[in-house]
Amino acid sequence: MDWYPLLNSLRIAAISTAAVFFLGLAAAYYIAKLPRLAKGLLDAVLTLPLVLPPTVTGWLLLLLLGPKRPLGAWAREALGLRLVMTWQSAIFAAAAVAFPLMYRAARGAFESFDETLAEAGRTLGRSDAWIFWRVRMPCCRHGILAGAVLAFARALGEYGATSMVAGYTPGRTATVSTTVYQLWRTGDTAGAFQWVLVNLAISAAFLLALNLLETRRKGGA
Amino acid sequence: MSLLVDMEKRLGDFNLRVQFEAEAGALALLGASGCGKSVTLRCIAGILTPDRGKILLDGTALFDSVARINLPPQKRRVGYLFQEYALFPHMTVRQNIAAAVRDRSLRHTAVEGQLRRFRLEDAAELLPRQISGGQRQRAALARMLAAEPRAILLDEPLSALDSFLRQQLETELTEVLEGFSGPAVWVTHDRGEAFRNCRRVCVLDRGVSQPVSSMEALLARPATAAAARLSGCENFFQAVPAENAVFLPEWGAAFRCGSPVPEDTGLAGIRARHVRPTKAGAENAFPCVVIRAVEDVSSVTVLLKREGTDAPLLRMELDKALWTAMGGPSHITAAVNPEDILLFPREAENP
Repeated sequence: MDWYPLLNSLRIAAISTAAVFFLGLAAAYYIAKLPRLAKGLLDAVLTLPLVLPPTVTGWLLLLLLGPKRPLGAWAREALGLRLVMTWQSAIFAAAAVAFPLMYRAARGAFESFDETLAEAGRTLGRSDAWIFWRVRMPCCRHGILAGAVLAFARALGEYGATSMVAGYTPGRTATVSTTVYQLWRTGDTAGAFQWVLVNLAISAAFLLALNLLETRRKGGA
Repeated sequence: MSLLVDMEKRLGDFNLRVQFEAEAGALALLGASGCGKSVTLRCIAGILTPDRGKILLDGTALFDSVARINLPPQKRRVGYLFQEYALFPHMTVRQNIAAAVRDRSLRHTAVEGQLRRFRLEDAAELLPRQISGGQRQRAALARMLAAEPRAILLDEPLSALDSFLRQQLETELTEVLEGFSGPAVWVTHDRGEAFRNCRRVCVLDRGVSQPVSSMEALLARPATAAAARLSGCENFFQAVPAENAVFLPEWGAAFRCGSPVPEDTGLAGIRARHVRPTKAGAENAFPCVVIRAVEDVSSVTVLLKREGTDAPLLRMELDKALWTAMGGPSHITAAVNPEDILLFPREAENP
């Protein structure tokens, strides 16, 4: 059995989760401070990938990253990079669909944070950065971690947008989910089933981890 | 060492207008809940920004709307004791105190000193939720003082405690304030707490501060009806000036006053403990029906109605022994000394 799809899926999910982790935190932190109208508007835009069909998200990404599109053309000319149909392209797709999960989890955690703790830190002479990393993040760690796990699981299972921006090239852009579809489509039911089992095992492990995090959060640890 | 506050801030329905100067030693900021006390403290600390005015500490501006000065809280060096202490829940007591000392080279000595001073050595490695309420207050005080503040603000520090713990913590707070050389503002709605711990008081009534006075002056001669009510005055009646007396229309009687009655008098206040039983025919004496007697631990509050009228009730407070000796009568003659009748101008809203 060729394990390339699993390796590819894992690295795509890992990189996109790392990016989404910081982007989601920053978005949650700064958007919470905006006036109500701007907050509502940005909130809707950022949550959109959660409810849009992944194929629509993929389509929108292609409008941005395609070789003749603004960002794609710039990357090709300035950096000599192709943004679609490579394994790295799948990072954009996975990040786009996983972002809302991280953003909403972080926002929920920040909203339940007791702001007097931040005020106390400021009257003690501590910078906003110190308060963010040393007080706000540790107090919200369970909610934020749960968001990251969920984002990683979602990125790992991404199919729709990935198949549109990265396609399926065995040994190059193939991921677990695109491999399952490809093997099933070509009649290799046994091969597809193997990957289905791999997928089930990974997802189960992640949901278990998520449950453990949730119970620890309720325990107040 | 002094803290001068002269600021305005619009807050939903009312305008907060606060003006006071706190010298070294504690100043009580006394007001009912929702009158803007906490907002005032937050403006002084720099957490909130006033709309207009200035806040000076030892002559330097923390905030000045004209000169466009608004120091961030980090640069004000104003200590703030939060109502629930706001200790960082994920840090031990030692880490909480260390968080207030930014200079690494001084940190260890400063933290050890505060732990010793507040008898927290045994609790140093515990989290805030693992220690007692008393230790929690001491940890918050230690953390606040470790930052070496130039002024300190106490936001209803004792309001959420039961009476035994309260007395214990109040003593500790008083000791800390006595050892502090700068100005301190103690926010409270409890006149007893203010009287026991502060020499000066500023009454805040629905967002507007009254002139600062001594605690004794507030009790003897409150400037407004709101100040009288906060200082514990129980009885208020509408009043009409009549030379050296006031006529109380609701009570249907005139009371002689100790001093000339100002023209604009509209309200009279009488403290329950200034109402006393007497013989018929004495000055300012009226026959009354006893409606109810409420026994407290060492005193009795008697609700009186003027005989033959439908006047509002007058509260009288007596020592329990005296009331028992009187045999708990159903009718008595009650009197008020002329100098014990407090007079307030007409504009003052009826509290």
